[in-house]
Formats: sequence, C-alpha cells, structure tokens
Amino acid sequence: MPVTVVNNTKVWQRYDTATRMKIWLGWIIGTAITLLCWQLISNNTRWEFVADASQQLSAFLQRMFPPDWAYAEQLWKPLWDTITIATLGTLLAMSIALPLSFVAARNTTPHPILRYVALLIIVISRSVNSLIWALILVAITGPGVLAGILAIALRSIGFIGKLAYESIEETSYEPIEAITATGANRLQVLDYAYLPQVLPSFAGISIFRWDINIREATVLGLVGAGGIGLNLNASVDLLRWDRVGMIFILIFALVLISETLSARVRKAII
Amino acid sequence: MLRIEKLVKQYPTGDRALRGVDLMVPEGEVVALIGPSGAGKSTLIRCVNRLVEPTSGKIWLRDTEITALSARRLRQVRRRIGMIFQEYALVERLTVMENVLSGRLGYVNFWQSWFRRFPQHDVDQAFALLERVGLSDFVDKRADELSGGQRQRVGIARALIQSPDMLLVDEPTASLDPKTSRQIMRLITELARERGLAVIINIHDVPLAQLFVKRIVGLRAGEIVYDGPPEGLTPERLTDIYGEEDWGAGQAVAGADSAQEMDPEPSPIFAASTSNA
Amino acid sequence: MAELTASPVTSRRWRKPPLIRNPWLRWGLLIGALIYLAVAISSVPVDDARIARGLERGGRMISSFLRPDFASRWYDIQIGVLESLTMTVVSTVAGVLLSVPVGLGAARNLVSAPIYLACRSIITISRTFQEVVIAIVFVVMFGFGPLAGVCTLAFATIGFMAKLLAEDIEEIDPAPLEAIRATGAGWLKTVTYAVMPQVSARLVGLSVYRFDINLRESAIVGIVGAGGIGSTLQTTFNRYDYDVAAAILLIIIVLVMTTELVSGHIRRRLQ
Repeated sequence: MPVTVVNNTKVWQRYDTATRMKIWLGWIIGTAITLLCWQLISNNTRWEFVADASQQLSAFLQRMFPPDWAYAEQLWKPLWDTITIATLGTLLAMSIALPLSFVAARNTTPHPILRYVALLIIVISRSVNSLIWALILVAITGPGVLAGILAIALRSIGFIGKLAYESIEETSYEPIEAITATGANRLQVLDYAYLPQVLPSFAGISIFRWDINIREATVLGLVGAGGIGLNLNASVDLLRWDRVGMIFILIFALVLISETLSARVRKAII
Repeated sequence: MLRIEKLVKQYPTGDRALRGVDLMVPEGEVVALIGPSGAGKSTLIRCVNRLVEPTSGKIWLRDTEITALSARRLRQVRRRIGMIFQEYALVERLTVMENVLSGRLGYVNFWQSWFRRFPQHDVDQAFALLERVGLSDFVDKRADELSGGQRQRVGIARALIQSPDMLLVDEPTASLDPKTSRQIMRLITELARERGLAVIINIHDVPLAQLFVKRIVGLRAGEIVYDGPPEGLTPERLTDIYGEEDWGAGQAVAGADSAQEMDPEPSPIFAASTSNA
Repeated sequence: MAELTASPVTSRRWRKPPLIRNPWLRWGLLIGALIYLAVAISSVPVDDARIARGLERGGRMISSFLRPDFASRWYDIQIGVLESLTMTVVSTVAGVLLSVPVGLGAARNLVSAPIYLACRSIITISRTFQEVVIAIVFVVMFGFGPLAGVCTLAFATIGFMAKLLAEDIEEIDPAPLEAIRATGAGWLKTVTYAVMPQVSARLVGLSVYRFDINLRESAIVGIVGAGGIGSTLQTTFNRYDYDVAAAILLIIIVLVMTTELVSGHIRRRLQ
C-alpha cells in the first residue's frame, strides 16, 4: 500500500502503479474473452425464439399446474428404481474404490506402476459425466436399470477414489510405525493402523456421493438408463407438462429427503 | 543381549546419520541415549528393529543377527522388541484395549486380529497390564479421549504385552509436562527392572535421564562420544556431546534443552548434579 | 511377569464394543439393510441374452476406442467443443456475478426475512434439480441452442456458489461488521468493507472450481438440446459410430484434465 507525496499531500493508493496496470489488464482480457464467447453464443441463438420466452414460460407454468396427481401412481416404481440405481451404484463404486484408493495412495501402493494405473482409472472415471457413462452402457447392456447402476458406479469410483486416496495420504505415520514395530504383517498394519484412520472419512465421502447420485439418477432415464428420467423423457416428448410437473415435485421431494438423510448420517459419523 | 557393531546409516539424501556406532546393552540394563537433535538417536533405535534399514554394520539380539533376517523372520524378532514413542503413536480411533492388544499382532493370525478374537491369555494379560499402569477404568474408552500421560501408559502396555526381551523408547516424555514425565520415566524403569529388560531410552532431558538411569551414552553427529555413569557428565563432557556453539555455562544447558523441546520447567536437578560433579 | 502369574486373574472376557450400543437398533438396522439390499437387487431386471449380445458390441466398442476417428466428423466435433467451451466461460462469469447478490441475500446476518427466504428458495431449487432437468425448462423457454445451456449452467452456478458464499458470510467475524456499521455506513458500504474482504479469496477459489464443473456439465446438456458437444456425442452413439464417440470422449477427458490441472494450480496459488 504505497503512499506517495503529490503537492505536499500524502496520497494513499491501495496498489502501486505496476500492480494496478496488471489488475486492469487482467480485467480487460477477462472481459474481452467473455464478450467474445458471448458473441459466439449469440450468433448461434435464434433470437426470435427468445423474444417470446416469457410467454413460453407462463404457458409452460400454466400447463404444468395443476400437476397430474393421478399420474403419481405410475411413478412409484420408477422412483424406487431411481433410489436403487443410486444406492446399488454407490455400493458397487465403494467396493471398487476402497481397494483402488489404497493402490493409488503414495504411501500404501504396492508398486509405483500400479499406482499410475490406479490414478489413470480415477481420472478417466471422474472426467466422464455419469450421463455419458450411461450412453455407453445402454449400448452394451441395453436400456434399463442395470445400465444406470453401472453408469453411476463408473462415475463414482473416481470421485470416491480420489477423495479416499487423498485421505489415505494424510494419515499420520506414527501409529503405522508403532504397529509395524510390534511385528504385525502388512495386512495387520492395514487393518490396525490405516483403516481406523481412513474408514470414517471413506464413509463420509460415500454418503456424500450417494446424495449426489440420487440427483444424477433422476436424469439417467433421458438416455434410457432407467429410473424416473424415463418418464420425464416420455412426458416431455408427449408435451404432457402436467405430468412433467408431477415428476418435478417427486424429484424435489426425493432430493430434499436424501440430502437431509445424508447430512444427518454424516454428522453422526464424524 | 543387544550388540551393535560398526553401524552406519546413510540416507538417500546423502546425510550420514550414523557413522560406525558400536554399542553393547547387557540383559537388565537401562541405557539413556542423549545428544542434540539430528545426532542420530532416533535413527539408531529404529535401526535396531529395522524400521530404518541400516546401510552397513551388524546388530545382534542375543544370538540372532537382526541385520541378516528375511522380512518374515524380522517380524518374529520384532515381537521380542517393544517400542514406546514420543507422540504415543496410538491408533486414536481404536479403544484402549485394541491398542494394547495390537502389541500381540505378531503372535496371532490375520483373521484372529481382524475379528478382534485374541486368545483369552492375551486378554487376561492386557487387563493385568492396564491395571499395572493404572488404566483399569479406561478399557473401552477410545484412545483419543485420554490425556497425554494416560496415552503414554497405553503405549507402555502395548510394548509390554509383546513379552519383549528389550525395549526401545523414543523420547517418551518430550510431549509431557514435568510431573507426568517423571511418573512415566519411573514407570518405565520400574517395569524394566521387574522384568529384567534391556532398554534404550532416547531422551532430550539430560537431568531426567541422570535421575533415573545408571548408564548414559552420548551421541554426536552419528558417533558415540560418551559412555559412562551419569555422574561422569561434566560440563566438558556435555560440551563434547552438544557442541561448543550451543554450550556455555551450566545454565545454558537447561536453556538449550528447553529450546529444543519447549519444556516449561528448566529442571533444577541438572544444576544439582553438575555441581556435584 | 511375577505379579501377572502370581495372582491367577479370573478370566475376564473382552469383546470390541459395537458401533451401535442398543442391540435392538443395531440388529434392526442390519436386518433392515439386508432386506432392502435383497429386494433392491432382485428388482433389477437382467436380460442375459441382451447382455450377451451387448458384450459383443462392447468388444467392438473397445476396439474402436483404441483407434478413435477424429477426421470424419471433425467439423461437427470442432463446433461442439468450441460451443461447450464458450458456454462454460459465459455461464461461469454470469453465474458468479449473479451468485454474489443471491449469496448476500441468503446470509441470515445481513438481510430481512423475506429476502432471505426468496434467495434460499432460489438456491434450493437450483441445487435440487440436476442440470439436465433445468436445461429442459430453458429449452422450452429459449428454444434449442447454446443460450439455454448457458442459462442452465449459470443457474446451477448460482445455487452452488451462493450457498457456499452464504455459509461463509454467516460464519464471518461479526466485530468488523459492527465496527463499520458504527461508522454510519449504509448496507452496501457495510458489505463492501466488512463482508467482502473476508470472503473474496474463497469466492475466487470457488469460481475456478465451478469452472471445472461447468465444463464437465456442458458436455451433457446437449442431450436435451441445450447446445455443446453433448448432442453430437449422443448422435454418434445412436449411429453406432463408436470410433467418432471415442474421439469426442478423449477430447472431453483431455479438456477436463487440463482445466483441472490449471484450476488446481490457481487455487493453490490463492491459498
């Protein structure tokens, strides 16, 4: 925070001139890039459709409410499927991610080459959205809940695996040394020194991911991978907005409940 | 009991932590290892159970050459060497009982330890040891609920349940207040006497060592520069060990000492013993 | 050893204390979980014949993934990827800018109850619905194209950022707040001088993090017609052009990895 003397008066400025220039330059470049991007998007937008957006929205809302309450009866099974996809997918991902994270962590990996393989698996799994995994899996297993479970699992392995191996790398070394010194073998050291330190955070991470997965599972049906998204897709195609409204209400309730539940359980664990 | 010959440890970084150490510890003897930080104390005791792999030299425990053992045989020998740590090194999320029983891991198979089904004999011993160290009421408490002194007692029980022939003790009191430090040192030396264990104690606190231990070994820059009774630690000897720079009159010892471990109480015992010598 | 053997201790059993102490609750939860699992697994239809055929197709997929085809639909890919990137930039900027007022409004220590409730409901709606669901609504409003995608991602960004921002603000040190208020500063000045300095560093870090997420999501909103590479990707799958799909997936993975590296670097610098 330089203070300069101009005309015998002390002038205070937050930054000196060079820093201020850099900050300005940063803002100008940032704004230019954003505007350029906006230009591209604007060119690809048909503004005559946008002009009546408010009418579209009000028409949409009018047709959505009142929702088709009777339709709810057909939605219990898809809702159950959605929960099943999220839960079984998360469990499957957990059972793979736990051993994988021990291979990926610097301090527990059996071999550096295996470590890089594990890290690669984690990165690929994380970079691909579960909806894209679902596209791939629907092609292999055919449409249905199974594809959804596998898609959720494939996306979650990377998420859980990354956070878990980071927490393994943060374990404190002293207990590990102490258990080793008693003459315990590698598995026993894992069981007594690593697991007690890692399991609570692993459980927390998994429950957090389950909560996210509930949300993701609601849309997998759009590409045919089961759950309530199938009904959403069908209702949108038929322009049955009252049914869409009903589905939105159920999704909203489901996500709120799962979020509360997961927050409670995580608090109980930690 | 323990014999160390020409022990050398060079770390991959090039640091030579130990430069040819020779040391004998007979059965039932307690040895305090003193020296400045970085003198190689910690490396030396970790070489004994090969938590640190020595570069060259030999170590015998009775007639077993520890430095020549396969991984499997090494685990069997580690059972006979109990270890006690500075920061207690307990597994905080396990109960006191599990921490103590973890000292038996070398004796039970994986499934027994996985399901926590230790032989009743081990459990009996664990209860007896917890009583001996004064923690009978804490059996199912989690280790992170205990105070520093209580944790170190659990650490001692864990080392003793191994039925060891010798103990390696790494700065047992560095994280404790002066009163608890003395209680812990007393407990360790008493138990060693009861069981006739050979013990090596790394310790920063010279006065405390002088109070409880009959033989002191001074280590400086990876070499032994003093080996004798506590009374022999004259200011000149201490200069040999801790170096001229950190060392002025007797007062400065306590100063250097407390600077290293932030011990709030510069111990008066030290002044007493140096004036005797 | 002497004292241990001298008094033959009456054998005391020891079991690890269970995680849940109440046995009814413990066994109830366990049995309930097992029953749920059994029912859930049995409710998943598995069509063996279809999977057998699918595995053969999976094999072809893997082999075509090993030789991705960037060339034959390069023009479409190029446009899609560029669109995804521009959508990410615009939506992140717009979302972050809008999330500041919403986040301020959702902090209980700054605003009155009606504003608080309004901002909180925006956040809840945005966080509850998956991006694709929101994209459907915006496509209805704006028609197909990247504008719907931008709005979707910006809306999702608002929910994400504003929630974290509001939580941060609710936890700030109240002393500077009172000090600035005591100088007679109005609401806006109070916010600029007492609140923003305390949360701005984290705001920047979160924006960079959200940029990553938006890039990943921009690859899928195209599935419902909201622009980006997603629609191209879906088309390739529908046409069984797995080698083209592989090329697109590889581009996505590389892009996500690169931005993640860069943003991780920036966030470390900020701390």
